[in-house]
Amino acid sequence: MTIRVAVTVNGREYARDVEPRLLLIHFLRDELGLTGSHWGCDTSNCGSCVVWLDQRPVKACTVLAAMADGRSVRTVEDLERDGQLDPVQQGFIECHGLQCGFCTPGMMMTARWLLDRDPDPAEAEIREVLSGQVCRCTGYENIVRSVRWAAEHAEGTPK
Amino acid sequence: MTTGYGRMLRKEDQRFVRGQGTYVDDVHLPGMLYGAVLRSPHPHARIASIDTVAAEAHPKVKAVITGETLKERNLAWMPTLSGDTQAVLATDKVRFQGQEVAFVVAEDHYAARDALELIDVEYEPLPAVADARRALDPDAPLVRDDLEGNTSNHIFDWESGDAERTDQVFRDAEITVSQDMLYPRVHPAPLETCGIVADFNRVSGKLTVWATSQAPHAHRTLYAMVSGVPEHKIRVVSPDIGGGFGNKVPIYPGYLCAITGSMLTGRSVKWVEDRSENLMSTCFARDFHMRGELAASRDGTIRAVRVTVLADHGAFNGAAQPTKYPAGFFGVFTGSYDLEAAHCQVTAVYTNKAPGGVAYSCSFRITEAVYLVERMVDVLAFELNIDPAELRMRNLLRPEQFPYTCQTGWVYDSGDYPKTLRLAMDMAGYEKLRKEQQAERARGHLIGIGVSFFTEAVGAGPRKHMDILGIGMADGVELRVHPTGTAVLRISVQSQGQGHETTFAQIVAEELGLSPDDVEVVHGDTDRTPFGLGTYGSRSTPVSGAATAIVARKVRERARIVAAAMLEADPGDLDWADGRWFVKGDPDSGRTIGQIAMAAHSSLELPEGVEGQLDAICVYNPPNLTYPFGAYICVVDVDPGTGKVTVRRFIAVDDCGVRINPMIVEGQVHGGLADGIGMALMENIAFDTDGNCLGGSFMDYLLPTSLECPSWELGATVTPSPHHPIGAKGVGESATVGSPPAVVNAVIDALRPYRVRHADMPLTPAQVWRAIQGRPFRTDLAIS
Repeated sequence: MTIRVAVTVNGREYARDVEPRLLLIHFLRDELGLTGSHWGCDTSNCGSCVVWLDQRPVKACTVLAAMADGRSVRTVEDLERDGQLDPVQQGFIECHGLQCGFCTPGMMMTARWLLDRDPDPAEAEIREVLSGQVCRCTGYENIVRSVRWAAEHAEGTPK
Repeated sequence: MTTGYGRMLRKEDQRFVRGQGTYVDDVHLPGMLYGAVLRSPHPHARIASIDTVAAEAHPKVKAVITGETLKERNLAWMPTLSGDTQAVLATDKVRFQGQEVAFVVAEDHYAARDALELIDVEYEPLPAVADARRALDPDAPLVRDDLEGNTSNHIFDWESGDAERTDQVFRDAEITVSQDMLYPRVHPAPLETCGIVADFNRVSGKLTVWATSQAPHAHRTLYAMVSGVPEHKIRVVSPDIGGGFGNKVPIYPGYLCAITGSMLTGRSVKWVEDRSENLMSTCFARDFHMRGELAASRDGTIRAVRVTVLADHGAFNGAAQPTKYPAGFFGVFTGSYDLEAAHCQVTAVYTNKAPGGVAYSCSFRITEAVYLVERMVDVLAFELNIDPAELRMRNLLRPEQFPYTCQTGWVYDSGDYPKTLRLAMDMAGYEKLRKEQQAERARGHLIGIGVSFFTEAVGAGPRKHMDILGIGMADGVELRVHPTGTAVLRISVQSQGQGHETTFAQIVAEELGLSPDDVEVVHGDTDRTPFGLGTYGSRSTPVSGAATAIVARKVRERARIVAAAMLEADPGDLDWADGRWFVKGDPDSGRTIGQIAMAAHSSLELPEGVEGQLDAICVYNPPNLTYPFGAYICVVDVDPGTGKVTVRRFIAVDDCGVRINPMIVEGQVHGGLADGIGMALMENIAFDTDGNCLGGSFMDYLLPTSLECPSWELGATVTPSPHHPIGAKGVGESATVGSPPAVVNAVIDALRPYRVRHADMPLTPAQVWRAIQGRPFRTDLAIS
């Protein structure tokens, strides 16, 4: 049995017939080939799979593709616009906010969401917002700095 | 000329921030099939029968593989990195919960998992031994009845140091202290789990695998030994690796199943384990039950250390240690101190727990050794009522003692330990902190200040002493310089996030006066790189970093001869400075590597013995290990009502010799400090007494987040390694090794008003609360 899922991903419309149980992370990765979002734990603990669903970060390993029907999804592949990196992306580069890069897309999607709501977040707020996601490499310090860098260079945010 | 070293943004980040990394699970081949592993729910059980008929009838299933299928190909068992054997798919019995029993190959991942449900395995459960301390009891269940003539769960005994002399010092000592402690079983848990895409081409006979491997060349050799495919027909590609920490050193049964699946179906097969499979079946770390003893004088002079260890290796001895060192480099348990004698005795046992014992940024078990000695120093400080920093300062090796041969024979290359500890104390404001602690205690607040000082031994290793399965631990490297003066460096070590594409380019740039942007680093593909043993044990910079500097110097020397021809001078009359060879006293005459490379490829008449081109290769066999060290101070607040620990500050001063890219070095330290907090306070894979794993998901196996980690305060001293070509020492695991004792010492220090002398990790709120009550838990077993 399959069901029809029509979803807007990164501004582009897709329609696919998929199994009702298909997870959003697998839909994005395997059906649409958007492999920038990663799968890491199955239990909503690690946040490697964070994407936006209707403008809010969700863990795509515990959202069914069917639940995204008629809605919009934004992934890491959409952060760069017209060849211009999002300040969050540039911040992660400038502040060594990533090592293996596996958690990075999820971290950046949450960071972008935070900065859209609060363009000048304090360190404690950044730590709170990112605390639902795990990084095994960086000890978080440089991720926090990366987000602050982005806050301080907001004029470069792609429209 | 310092074009090379210094803070430089990472080259690899450009793809990662765009979501354009290529991890194993991102590899997609046409017609690719998907595998899934059926695992044992029992910790110990005989397999009566396996019925795969229903699974095979599933419309999307292409193959079902059992141990019997593998037996026909002589693949049911595989060698481990410690020379033991491990079941690929169980044929006789299962020996730990989560052990591999069958493998399904299907058209998609979901169907493969569905088909697992259709396999009917009849088990006859057996009593299990989950408690290492009971494993050698005469009535303990026998785990390894497959080993001919084996009648016990004993694996090996290993000792180091001088027992007699140590005993003598203990008899003469004014004071001795003893403490039992457990380094619990933890797991590297990289965010990317282990996986493979196996593609066997029946026509060419070539096997290509994309695998999560920290050691692609070693894996290729092992596949050749196990699978029967000749080594030149095997290509191992390690694309981007989502964290390793030792987890991706061994070969796992799933890899061999996927390869077999590809051979059977003629199509490529992807297998990526899920998180529970990663935590329950792949290599864990530690699980060391230790008794430490110190002999000392009343003035605090530490005279000797004695250790006995019971090592739990699980159901198969899958530890990845150099052959002569079954307990790894635990022999450096003498720590950073000037001792009269030392001795340790390690006994390893089989239990009905997952196999391994290699990993998690441990520098071959130096993590355990440093924890042991640094905890013992605090136990002594507790008994003598001496400040723990002061006690360390009194006993640290002095700079003039280097090179220093410790009581177990390891030759520490260089160091100025007191300077490093003093810097950490100054950064912390140590004396002021102690005063604050006194004042807060008077108000009922528990503040703890923990100190640790570590010495590591990394960069395995000297070939005559160190091999894995007979393969010496030297690394090859190739450097090519193009006519237009750009270069390609090919290395065998494998980044899992360490930034090799940047750091290694910087080494070449430094040596040749190039821009790091003009040096491309190729790694992660056995068809495109020379042989080497891979990245673990902090060995990339000490071994391959040295190889890179040397190969660049070879190129520079070739360039000197060509430059001499260009300048119509004798090579001996040339000097090298600022990236150019020039005639002595005439810097304006200089030729850059780019100019020389073009000449070396040109019609210029080359001097006798010069073949043209500047390319060079090198194999580096390190003369000694390198010995990075550091001083760490942790400040914690403990809530006496709940037992909750909050890390308020963490000061880390590392000395890893010359720093190629300080930004990357600091990032490595940050990550290790977070690991240390995780192990000290949260991470634990415990079992119940029946052998059921209690740490099989991130719901149970707790990792530190941004809220548990403080803002790190880092410092540095630089004592170059005297034998490493650029004086670098390696840093990847320093913080993981050094930080857990600092955190534990801080928590125990906070509990001083309750006269708590020790409690085992992880220091969860429950454990701390119990310690306050004077009855801390055993953390390896859940005993109801």
